[in-house]
Amino acid sequence: MKIVATYNIKGGVGKTAAAVNLSYLAAKDGQRVLLADLDPQAAASFLFRVRPRVKGGGTALVRGSRDLDKAIKGTDFDGLDLLPADFTFRNLDLILDTTKKPTQQLARLLRPLRTSYDVVFLDCPPGISLLSEAVLHAADLVLAPIIPTTLSLRTLDQLTEFISGLDGHRPALLAFCSMIDRRKRLHKEIAERLPTERDDVAVTAIPALSVIEQMAVRRAPVTAFAPRSAASRGYAELWAEVRALLS
Amino acid sequence: MSACSPNFTYTGGERPVSVAVRDALAPQFSVVPATRARTLRRTWLDTFDWRLHRAGLTLECVAGHGPAKLVLSGTAGGQITATVNGTRWPVLAEGLPRGPLQDRLKGLTSVRALLPAAKAASTVSEFRLCNTDDKTVAWLTVDLLHPAQPSAVDPPARLSLTAVRGYQAQADRIAQCLAAQPGMFRGAPPPLDAVLATAGHAPGEYTNKVDVELSATMPARAALAAVLLRLLDTLEANVAGTIRDIDTEFLHDLRVAVRRTRTALKLGAALLPDGLAPEYQPEFKWLGDLTTPTRDLDVHLLGFAAAAAELTSADPADLAPFHDYLTQRRITEQRRLARALRSAHFTTLTAAWRSTLTALPPQRRGPDAAHAAARIIGRAHRRILARGGAIGPDSPPEQLHDLRKRCKELRYALEFFASLHDLSAHRRAVRELKGLQDCLGTYQDGEVQQQEIRAIAADLLASGVPATALLAMGDLASHVGQREREARSEFSSRFAAFASPEARARFEVLTASAHS
Repeated sequence: MKIVATYNIKGGVGKTAAAVNLSYLAAKDGQRVLLADLDPQAAASFLFRVRPRVKGGGTALVRGSRDLDKAIKGTDFDGLDLLPADFTFRNLDLILDTTKKPTQQLARLLRPLRTSYDVVFLDCPPGISLLSEAVLHAADLVLAPIIPTTLSLRTLDQLTEFISGLDGHRPALLAFCSMIDRRKRLHKEIAERLPTERDDVAVTAIPALSVIEQMAVRRAPVTAFAPRSAASRGYAELWAEVRALLS
Repeated sequence: MSACSPNFTYTGGERPVSVAVRDALAPQFSVVPATRARTLRRTWLDTFDWRLHRAGLTLECVAGHGPAKLVLSGTAGGQITATVNGTRWPVLAEGLPRGPLQDRLKGLTSVRALLPAAKAASTVSEFRLCNTDDKTVAWLTVDLLHPAQPSAVDPPARLSLTAVRGYQAQADRIAQCLAAQPGMFRGAPPPLDAVLATAGHAPGEYTNKVDVELSATMPARAALAAVLLRLLDTLEANVAGTIRDIDTEFLHDLRVAVRRTRTALKLGAALLPDGLAPEYQPEFKWLGDLTTPTRDLDVHLLGFAAAAAELTSADPADLAPFHDYLTQRRITEQRRLARALRSAHFTTLTAAWRSTLTALPPQRRGPDAAHAAARIIGRAHRRILARGGAIGPDSPPEQLHDLRKRCKELRYALEFFASLHDLSAHRRAVRELKGLQDCLGTYQDGEVQQQEIRAIAADLLASGVPATALLAMGDLASHVGQREREARSEFSSRFAAFASPEARARFEVLTASAHS
């Protein structure tokens, strides 16, 4: 079982869109996939029409009084399950802090699922916190969307430093340019230059397209309702890069 | 998708099943077609004597888009599949694609071929059942079976409900709503049963056993007629398979039905109207004799590989000319047999026999079934004791062959009247007899086979086969002779066991229970 975390310190960069679409594409590839919606905003749960509620909330899940397995819901798509978000996930840091070795707790909770799934995507909330450390400890790969601006590049450097400063297990990092506005010259320049300059940036870039925003209206991955769109082609290429890294 | 909820059948008549489902679930759940309906051609396969069904297995060949697939399912829910590459039915398990499915079936089907037990087209539609968020909470599959036989009425629509993971409670609610709908019933028979039922049949119908239910107080003539009619059913059921030469067991079962009929006519002659048994005995002897050459060759060929493996001084490959000779002769004998079974003589015989049996006049002051059974079994038993007791170390083989026939008569008599006896007493008596029968069978088969090998060797010598073939046949004959000698030396102890006071007592209990 491989664990991929879509994560960035910044918010609103396309983490959930990437997690939802790559999960769908992985399942379509025949993998058994779980998408865990760790963000209390519950956008991934909303997109899959699953109510954001977990019996016992984050406390029950993190402390193990409720099996992760029992909280999982099937989506409308073959091979793709979802661990829905819950509003109490806003306190995951605090809850983790009450456990022994809190940074290892998420990895410990996911371990029993290794025979049931081939890939687990963790859709994470933004920020740097105890939860972020636990995610990085559990993940094999951190997939970080970045908007190609100077400030975002600074954030990518911060993330790289953060990962290299971790004790013990360090996940691989793959950043990709996200939400590229083709009308902006700077976006285009950075998106073209970055993969040539850095090994940890994907060749694929995901443009800002209204069809991606349509996901919230259609409540489904764009790769499912518009599989031939430019957005879907972009996610398919990104999934191919991620899959190659995982194998 | 996760746990499978109960299945349903829908017999709603004019209202289509999709409408009935919508009516049942509105307004809490919506019904959304998930895929276009697809039609599959389904062929259920089993041996003629239902070996798979009896082992709790179902084998199905499913053809739709792409290559056809064989699916073997067990009652526990496990499945083994294999892709079929132009396999035509009937086929022996050896003819199936190699792999786990063939491995599972080989031992079970043995010498019996797999042949279509039923055929149907299956129109399968899938629906998503959604909650008020338009989230799929369950999947519904509707299967409309259309049996292949033109006169058959389609069985009721079959619905299977599968809960999406984490939505079992909603799926249970859906199941409740469906169950409350008029014409909708929980549970569905297996599809094979549903298709067969449209033609008035059921899986496992055929058996070569004499499974008639007799009562102790019924007139003996009526009991005998019931047995003879059952034997005629078995005989006729195996005619088509014997003519088509589907597998060797059709002829075997037909032959056994004929032998049993001859025994019933002999042992029960006094219970039948005057002149009936003498009229039909020669007819059934004709039929029995007709089957002998092909069956004898089948026995040779079925045991050929095992016999060849026993050779000590010859190479099994040296027996190839012998095998070719047997195969060629079998083709000739089988054609002759098939011609006879298609003849007017045969069809007239079976038709006349059936009408005679169904119109037998009641016997005035005749015995009841229990008394007749006790008398017939007792007499057959005493005859074996007398004739077997007269056999000594120097007795000629004919005496042992005759005793084997008498044993068969007793065995058949026990089978005819089994339903009148206590089951465990019946089984004990059969076990007692079987030991003696096996010994006599090995002895006689050995002698017959040795004679045949010698005769065939003479034929082959004249046709100029290599000397190695004749030497290998000699080796084979010597092994057969060894088994024959072993059986002969074993006879006295086998018979002593059968004739012991304890064994006699077991038969006495049996004949006494026939009176109760």
